[in-house]
Amino acid sequence: MTQTDKKPVLECKGLHRYLGDPEQRVHVLKGVDLQLFRGNTYAIVGPSGCGKSTLLYTLGLLDRQNEGTILVDGIDVSKSNEDQRTRIRNEKIGFVFQFHFLLPEFTTTENIMIPMWKRGNRKTLTMERRAHMLLQSVGLGDKTERLANRLSGGEQQRVAVARALANDPPIVLADEPTGNLDVKNSNIVFELLYQLSKRNNQAVLIVTHNPDIARRCDYILKMRDGVFTTPESAG
Amino acid sequence: MSPNFRIAVRFLLSKKRSMLMSLAGIVLGVGLFIVAQANTTGFEKLFIKTVLGANGAVRVQDKFQETLTSIQIEQEDTGRQFEFGRASGRKYRPGVEHADKVIESLYQFSNVLAASKVLRGAIDVSNNFKAEPAQLFGIEKDMHMLVSDLEEQIVFGSMLDFQRNPRGALVGLALAERMMIEPGDSILFTVGDESHRVLVSGIYETGYRDIDRERIFIDINQARRILKRPHQTSYIQVSLFDVEKADDDRYLMESVVQHIVAPWQEREKVWLQVFQAVRISAMISLSSIIFISGLGMFSTLAIIIMEKTREIAILRSIGYTRRDVTHIFIWQGFIVTVVGILMGWLTGATLTLVASRLPIRIRGIFSTDSFVVDWSIWHYVIAGLIAFIFVMTASIIPSRRAAKLEPGDVIRGTSG
Ligand SMILES: Nc1ncnc2c1ncn2[C@@H]1O[C@H](COP(=O)(O)OP(=O)(O)O)[C@@H](O)[C@H]1O
Ligand SMILES: [Mg+2]
Repeated sequence: MTQTDKKPVLECKGLHRYLGDPEQRVHVLKGVDLQLFRGNTYAIVGPSGCGKSTLLYTLGLLDRQNEGTILVDGIDVSKSNEDQRTRIRNEKIGFVFQFHFLLPEFTTTENIMIPMWKRGNRKTLTMERRAHMLLQSVGLGDKTERLANRLSGGEQQRVAVARALANDPPIVLADEPTGNLDVKNSNIVFELLYQLSKRNNQAVLIVTHNPDIARRCDYILKMRDGVFTTPESAG
Repeated sequence: MSPNFRIAVRFLLSKKRSMLMSLAGIVLGVGLFIVAQANTTGFEKLFIKTVLGANGAVRVQDKFQETLTSIQIEQEDTGRQFEFGRASGRKYRPGVEHADKVIESLYQFSNVLAASKVLRGAIDVSNNFKAEPAQLFGIEKDMHMLVSDLEEQIVFGSMLDFQRNPRGALVGLALAERMMIEPGDSILFTVGDESHRVLVSGIYETGYRDIDRERIFIDINQARRILKRPHQTSYIQVSLFDVEKADDDRYLMESVVQHIVAPWQEREKVWLQVFQAVRISAMISLSSIIFISGLGMFSTLAIIIMEKTREIAILRSIGYTRRDVTHIFIWQGFIVTVVGILMGWLTGATLTLVASRLPIRIRGIFSTDSFVVDWSIWHYVIAGLIAFIFVMTASIIPSRRAAKLEPGDVIRGTSG
């Protein structure tokens, strides 16, 4: 499968990002170029502090680059306003973080429905059915009415994966999604992300320190000091 | 149901205890505000009713003439007439002149219900027990019932006897008690060196001590004879359809009848101001309870927002705008405010009902044997508005701060 004959779903060119106070600001991203295509899983690896999370937040429109362009589905979103970026996050991007960020007052089903409520393109019953289906696919079909804080850490992270897929986004961004999990649960969560991306034809970008997980991705991107050191290559 | 509202309800329920504290403050503040207003206006209205029932809505007294015209009249007319009070370009003569004509012109006013002549004079009253100074009020027995509540104020004896007996008199309860007068007794009026014997038909009580201690009512023609002031009228007591308009009607009335017109609002200004001061101070002190619950709401929301930075961050990253976040927290304030106001209204109504049954004996400026309350929708509206403004303002401030949170910063802080 060659990448050039398809349009990238997420693309950035010459991305620069500075962090910190104006006096002693840190040049974190130093001109990052990247193209992600649907149906592929990408791992970003690199030493702590090299800018992986910063890149992920910037690509996910949670943070703004100082320089460079970001294109989602071919559309330049570098200069979009807050509301447009928020809407793109809701419709096009699913997030999984190291911490699950579930709302403890809501059931697993409701947690998955929260992004759907905001999008509002489905009837409540359809949303609920979809949430159940997603819970089923992450192996929690029997815990649909469980409050989020009544789950184990591995289960919570699986719900977080299901939530990231709630609005069927073309892009899933995961920042050390298995960082808090034991080996068994790490494997379960990774397999979910991997299999679901294939089934749903999504581009999945995973930041990870786990070499096992990185190796099982379609591509490994090595990052050092704010830039990729290797061209995108098959793992 | 909007997603923001749904999320707000869940957040709210997760903080039950502190929310209940704020709620209790609002309920208490609104409830006490209402019962305080119900009582203060209740007593104020009873006072006004007492005053109107005793002295009428409007009193037409003292003839006046504009100074310019009266100078010309003095030059032509050499008749000696007593004059005083040369204030603001007017001269005054005590009493009503041509009372029947004045009454006729008063009836031209559509707001005038009835007008009745009164002659007033000082006497000494005595029986074989005691002698006391008193004020004799000569009234038109039938008409006076239309300009006062005298009929309802009879506590002993009979009105019928008073109306039938030309020499019958009505004595105030305080005076009657002091002199041990009972209905059926005969008492002696002394003016100068002449004495007249009259029969006590009944005893009345207005509750206004100054009245009950000194006024004795008798037929106006008897009074004119006893006081030796034939054809005279001290003032005309007027009742109105709409007593609130008394103050507005007065200037037109004065210019038409050329007598001083004293509306009840002016006559009782001092007491009315006292009532107003009490009502306003109750309003202020109870608003401060509501204000404090507003502060409680402020800190509760501020704490929730601090505890929920992660939730806010994830909501922002999965597609909730800054406005959504603000709304989620404002909804919480709104729900507590509305529930608080509704429960406060219920509490206020209950307390008002209880208060109206509390026994308390008051005599002095009115007469009552229980707490007096006034039921007015306005007390509820004002209490509700105050609570709404205070608590919503207190909710909006932290809610807007919640929206400023940067999701990236929060999320970065949670990973290693
Ligand atoms: N708010 C900040 N102010 C200054 N420097 C920051 C801030 N946040 C992160 N950094 C720096 O930016 C660099 C990249 O951080 P990050 O993207 O989190 O790295 P990674 O995820 O690869 O471990 C690090 O050197 C970190 O110290
Ligand atoms: Mg990181």
